[in-house]
Amino acid sequence: MNRTTVLAALFLLAVLGLGGCKERTAEVAMPEKDAPPAYGDTFIEASIAEPSNLLPILATDASSADINGLVYNGLVRYNKDLILEGELAESWEISPDNLTITFHLRKGVKWHDGTPFTSADVLFTYRLYVDPNTPTAYAEAYRQVEKAEAPDPYTFRVTYPKPYAPALGSWGMNILPKHLLEGKDITKSPLSRHPVGTGPYRFVEWKPGEKVVLEANENYFEGRPYIKRVVYRIVPDQSTQFMELRSGGLDFMELTPIQYRTQTDTTAFKRLFAKYRYLAFSYTYLGYNLERPLLQDRRVRQALSYAIDKQEIIEGVLLGLGQVATGPYKPDTWVYNANVKRYSHDPDRARRLLAEAGWKDTDGDGILDRDGVPFRFTIVTNQGNDLRVKSAEIIQRRLKEIGIEVKIRVVEWATFLKEFIHPGNFDACILGWRGGPEPDQYNIWHSSKIGPRQLNFIHYRNSEVDELLERGRRTFDRAERKKIYDRFQEILAEDQPYTFLYVAEALPAVSRRFRGIEPAPAGIFHNFIRWYVPAGEQKYAR
Amino acid sequence: MLRYLGKRLLLMIPLLIGITLISFVVIHLAPGEPTDLQTELNPEASVELRDRLRAQYGLDRPIHVQYVDWLGRMAKLDFGRSFSGDHRPVLDKILERLPVTILINVLSITLILVVAIPVGILSALRRNSLFDRATTVLVFIGFAMPSFWLALLMMDYLGVRLGLFPIAGLRSLGHEYLSTFGQVKDYVAHLVMPVFVSAFGGLAGFSRYMRSNMLEVIRQDYILTARAKGLPERVVIWRHALRNALLPLITILGLSVPGLIGGSVIFETIFAIPGMGKLFYDGVMMRDYPLIMGVLVLGAMLTLVGNLLADIGYALADPRIRKS
Repeated sequence: MNRTTVLAALFLLAVLGLGGCKERTAEVAMPEKDAPPAYGDTFIEASIAEPSNLLPILATDASSADINGLVYNGLVRYNKDLILEGELAESWEISPDNLTITFHLRKGVKWHDGTPFTSADVLFTYRLYVDPNTPTAYAEAYRQVEKAEAPDPYTFRVTYPKPYAPALGSWGMNILPKHLLEGKDITKSPLSRHPVGTGPYRFVEWKPGEKVVLEANENYFEGRPYIKRVVYRIVPDQSTQFMELRSGGLDFMELTPIQYRTQTDTTAFKRLFAKYRYLAFSYTYLGYNLERPLLQDRRVRQALSYAIDKQEIIEGVLLGLGQVATGPYKPDTWVYNANVKRYSHDPDRARRLLAEAGWKDTDGDGILDRDGVPFRFTIVTNQGNDLRVKSAEIIQRRLKEIGIEVKIRVVEWATFLKEFIHPGNFDACILGWRGGPEPDQYNIWHSSKIGPRQLNFIHYRNSEVDELLERGRRTFDRAERKKIYDRFQEILAEDQPYTFLYVAEALPAVSRRFRGIEPAPAGIFHNFIRWYVPAGEQKYAR
Repeated sequence: MLRYLGKRLLLMIPLLIGITLISFVVIHLAPGEPTDLQTELNPEASVELRDRLRAQYGLDRPIHVQYVDWLGRMAKLDFGRSFSGDHRPVLDKILERLPVTILINVLSITLILVVAIPVGILSALRRNSLFDRATTVLVFIGFAMPSFWLALLMMDYLGVRLGLFPIAGLRSLGHEYLSTFGQVKDYVAHLVMPVFVSAFGGLAGFSRYMRSNMLEVIRQDYILTARAKGLPERVVIWRHALRNALLPLITILGLSVPGLIGGSVIFETIFAIPGMGKLFYDGVMMRDYPLIMGVLVLGAMLTLVGNLLADIGYALADPRIRKS
């Protein structure tokens, strides 16, 4: 290559990647805190995937749920502090034997097409959920119902054969319009694409692969929302979302830890966007297959938990944006028990526990052994979740320090489930559970859920836990329930069937022109209809 | 010529059936099923529910029964309904996404041809000149640079920092309120970066190809003869050499036809363009069998048609093929 060619190449590189331009951002004054609420403007949010179906009964994806949450209502909902409150139901009574719930519905609520909402809609929705011909993933909670009735247009009553505490929360499901769906094949309903609900926003249009547009329901029973339009733009790539956000094409996105920590720490970004952080309803864990002799001894599992530095994983993987998990509940909820046994990083204690269990390095090769068997195992996790793979690598290093050899296997999701998790063909796995405000964990920890394709795939058996989970489902009184789940968390902490790793934080960024945002345990969207943009700062006239 | 055409068309039928059979089996061999997305690791879903869903989708029947069933429906041009959450007719979903993918690909192929052919010819004619070397460098960068990276760089510089082009999507918000001219301008602005990115890699390949074809042709005896006859250089190059150098390009163009519907997952994902590539990718991820099969059948048909068109093009350009 001669000099000219080299120069040409350098020039190209400079143009393409190495030049330094100043970031272009509009000059906006710092917002005044007390600007009065005003109607109007548009809120543009990015959705990583196309919603699948705007009939909530058929949709299982987060994008659809976000939109459906604004179009439909349930009878009840969790408020900002994650306590149940009425939505379409004004109030409810639970019978003294805890078997019957009677909901008193709001009067004067109308569907977006003007038809009045009544208890017949609720009864219809319930029947649709339990209909064997409805391909829905949400039928289980409603199958527990023995009898459902609508004695008058504003009363709805359900009876259960035995007390079922998660019942009340389950009536937060979106209620569907009977007059538009009755007698039709639900899978072919036009409502899948043009939903009609009772919620604060009505559906306007859906351009496939592009956007979904909603408009404020002026007759909403809790008052007209301030923000006139909500646009969900489908932007399938997170880097693109971030650039759209910076260029003003989006008003909201969930940041990744690296975006939160390093790429948004500029004055330009801070002037235009407010960043929030709060614990998300999910946790990540290292689960042990309790069928494997190697991991059956509780002392061994405790030792592994002592050897793993959870804080180090949070720093390394989440850049500090998370908390150590101690059990299946997130730390800022009423059910969380802060007083369970904790496993701070303590390699010496880990070694002692392992020695007690008979694991010593007798042949001096640096790996613990017992009866001539070295302590080796494999952690499997799914491909596509970088955080889990990195966590596995950090764990691998820490366990090596105490003489345990760990191999890591990263497998595509469907194969991961079919070849490893379901047949129980793994030593340990890194996975996460997404939860919600309802504390019932029956399906994950009860010993009856050990069967094929069930969720207790680590084969955890503990008769006291079984009994607690059964009682927890039957108890409505919150203080009583708290005691039950406190004990449940204590046992899990002692048994360590999982090493609970971390609860990550949700990291939303919202354009500063939106006011009225109140971060709470439920996140920031709980009062979305009260968000507003002061008249002088509104960006979109139409 | 007609007989040749008829024979080729008839041969396409068994080929098409073979392709669908293999695709059908391979898709079903992949672990995971469409129902998994709704039921796997979902505390709300029971095992019975999963079985019920499988029965509803007809997945509980033996695979050969499913295939024959599918083939029967295909014969009536019924692509079936998608297994994914929306249960919409597959054909609707495909037709919705097809125009934009075809548009971008046609634009990018046009751009490639318009730029690559003259660049290739000039590089060949001025071999080892500065121009030739500079394009060589460009070509290597084009080959080597991942398109997602180029896309992100362009978005960051031209979109965020300089604000010259919109970053993603096909239309601006409020597009419907613009005048006709404004709407066209809006589309064009949105298409500039995606078309450039999708053309960039191809540009490299095509110009190299053109260059080597040209170099080969101008070494031939008949070019020497033409020159010896005293024809002007312009006529020698543009009339005698170019025609023959372009011939192999027909094959390549024929082969690019399936790309018209396959689209490109990467640039469609990055630029948030609702095209076929993304649709197909999502379909595969969700094990949406009817959708996957629908796209594959269309793709297979287009590949075969593309090949046929290339052969016809050859036959038209070269009388020897027609006669044989």
